[in-house]
Amino acid sequence: MSETTADLKLIVFQLKDKEYAIPVNQVRSIEKVEHITRVPQTVGFVKGVINLRGVVTPIISLRSRFNLKEAEYNEHSRVIIAVLNDMEVGLIVDSANDVIDVAPESIEPPPDVIGSEEADFIKGVTKIEKRLFILIDLKKVLNPEELTAQDEKGLAG
Amino acid sequence: MEMNQYLEVFIEESKEHLQSCNEQLLELEKNPDDIKIVNEIFRSAHTLKGMSATMGYEDLASLTHQMENVLDAIRNQKIKVNAEILDVVFLAVDDLEAMVQSIAEGGDGKRDVSIAVDKLMLIEKGESPALSKGRAETAAAIYEPQGLVKSTYDDFEWTVIQQSKEQGFETYEISIALRADCLLKAARVFMVFEVLEKSGEVIKATPSVELLEEEQFDQEFSVTIVTQETPEVLRQKLLKVSEVDRIDVLEVSIGDYISREAVKEEGTLQPEMEEKTDRASDMPKDEKKTPAAKNVSNKTIRVNIERLDILMNLFEELVIDRGRLEQISKELNNQELHETVEHMTRISGDLQNIILNMRMVPIETVFNRFPRMVRQLARDLNKKINLEIVGADTELDRTVIDEIGDPLVHLIRNALDHGVETPEVRKANGKGEEGNVILKAYHSGNHVFIEIEDDGAGINKDKVIKKAINNGIITEQTASTLTDKQAYELIFASGFSTADKISDVSGRGVGLDVVKNTIESLGGSVSIDSKVGQGSIFSIQLPLTLSIISVMLVEIEKEKYAIPLSSIIETAIIRKEDVLSAHNQKVIDFRGKVVPLLSLKEIFEVPSDNHEDEFISVVIVRKGDKMAGLVVDSFIGQQEVVLKSLGNYLTSVFAISGATILGDGQVALIVDCNALIK
Repeated sequence: MSETTADLKLIVFQLKDKEYAIPVNQVRSIEKVEHITRVPQTVGFVKGVINLRGVVTPIISLRSRFNLKEAEYNEHSRVIIAVLNDMEVGLIVDSANDVIDVAPESIEPPPDVIGSEEADFIKGVTKIEKRLFILIDLKKVLNPEELTAQDEKGLAG
Repeated sequence: MEMNQYLEVFIEESKEHLQSCNEQLLELEKNPDDIKIVNEIFRSAHTLKGMSATMGYEDLASLTHQMENVLDAIRNQKIKVNAEILDVVFLAVDDLEAMVQSIAEGGDGKRDVSIAVDKLMLIEKGESPALSKGRAETAAAIYEPQGLVKSTYDDFEWTVIQQSKEQGFETYEISIALRADCLLKAARVFMVFEVLEKSGEVIKATPSVELLEEEQFDQEFSVTIVTQETPEVLRQKLLKVSEVDRIDVLEVSIGDYISREAVKEEGTLQPEMEEKTDRASDMPKDEKKTPAAKNVSNKTIRVNIERLDILMNLFEELVIDRGRLEQISKELNNQELHETVEHMTRISGDLQNIILNMRMVPIETVFNRFPRMVRQLARDLNKKINLEIVGADTELDRTVIDEIGDPLVHLIRNALDHGVETPEVRKANGKGEEGNVILKAYHSGNHVFIEIEDDGAGINKDKVIKKAINNGIITEQTASTLTDKQAYELIFASGFSTADKISDVSGRGVGLDVVKNTIESLGGSVSIDSKVGQGSIFSIQLPLTLSIISVMLVEIEKEKYAIPLSSIIETAIIRKEDVLSAHNQKVIDFRGKVVPLLSLKEIFEVPSDNHEDEFISVVIVRKGDKMAGLVVDSFIGQQEVVLKSLGNYLTSVFAISGATILGDGQVALIVDCNALIK
């Protein structure tokens, strides 16, 4: 990338009590949670699809993806529309309200002790003052291979 | 380079001209004596030559040039049209198509055209030695602009020239060459004419004024003028027009006329020669007529399909907002708001129709390549075939048009190879030697039908069944129970070929199952009707458009689903006690048939509070001959919806073929009935 020296812009969002970050160039927009149409027979973290200005967009719950306990949506809940290659997917987060600039070299590899399940989806961590931001790896979060854990049933002859 | 902006136009127009060449050549084959058709082809070839030379595609230009020479010889009746000549011309057109294709794909349009060029030259020389004089003339016209007078004048024009001479006016033929990089040729032509008309009277222009105004010439054109100015003055005046490269002024004298007469005298040895001069003089008149007619029919612009898609998407958003507005206006109960919203609804309804219609393309764009193909195949197979096309103006959605070409090619090949018999066999069976294949397209309801009908041998049911058993597609037991139709359907099974010998024309039994799959993936179906000895009809049914479909909206608990009307037979409300059980499968007796019941609630895992009704709402759907009853909670109604995909993330969701956005902005999923019935 050409912007090695330039600061990296990150969108910050919260899940449970941790702060996560995603590069701004992977984010198309941030939406409020509105009516989600459930899509049957999909894996648990796929919550369904929404109408995003005329485009049907799939939505996944990051809490569920990271094996955290699901929470009710409230007025702070947001859908981050993330873009990876030609896929557009909405990520439900507890809240999203900050944009930070970090120097790329300040991003460190994830510490081993971070523990929980979401470690698989972490690209690195960065620290600004006393806040710790966990940089998520969108490619792993949206891995399409984890969508096909379904069996067919209910067929008539 | 700035030419790039013209490239797209060049490619589009070249394709059009080549298509018209193809069509006219086929026409010419039917009426070899019709000089008008030759002129038509000549004009297309000539324009193509001009365009490709301008764009710098030399191979393209040189091949067209050679083709033009042959056509010129044909229209001057020096060569008689026959199948061999047409074969070569077709070959040349194929080469041209390949080159244009290469340019369109970003290539340089270079190609070894020597074979075609050599053949064309042979025709020019070999077939008619009497040609050499005429050849020299045409060659001079193109290669040596400084040569003798090159325009041909008819008797009337000669009279004008003669009379002017008597009144002290001189006649000059002025060749004007524009600079190769001249972009506004028509403007320069106009300026040249303006200068000339001030100095005298223009009596002739080659090419004709209309063609000049349409920029249908290379860099050069010539004008014949009657004037009292000296050649040098004319020269100087014309050189003041910018971007003019070269001016040649030649005096046209009566001597030329006389020498020409002498040529004519010589020509009386061959009576055609005289006719030729007449033809040549007829020519410009024809040319004047056609461009005028063309201008009327061509009131169209080209729009990139992507832009139409964007327009469509924007419009869909509008429709969704309209739905919201309607809801709000209902709640507010304001009369004026109400009226405005209603008006908006009407207008957007009209708008929707227009946008959808814009995406419709006549099926002609697919059909028009078939005459060529059929001709070639018929020659390869040594069969005589007459292809009739009906309803080429039937319109279909662009997306369907793009997909339907290959299946049709397969079916036509099939009809030609396996359907129509050889002339000998046909004769022996008391049919005309020429087989007929009819390609027909028409609208009916929300569908378009395409039929391929031949009057060939028909499908031999016993042979089909025998083959199917041999190939392990069916067992002998099932074979005996098959109806005629079911037997014919077998030829769509994969791994099937009924032809006694495999030909390279239509496949090895891999073709027809692909046809069926493609058509079904487009939401259509294909069926066969056949009578032994009388021929077969392959009939394809296709939805008008893939982007808008009619659905039945149903409700299951609080979720809404859409079921395509094309798979629905009917809806029914049945009593709970009418549901029977067979092998753990709930079934109902529907008009004498046992139909399995599927609970959408269970299949789609809809969260429910498990209350039981006394009546059950059932949508009876079908896939082919099989049926199933889908149990839902309630019917909402029929609606036209815009089909949307679930995006690239959720690619294969079981029994869901897509989604749509309802008036309230919510997404409803579309049920894929084909996946539910196996």
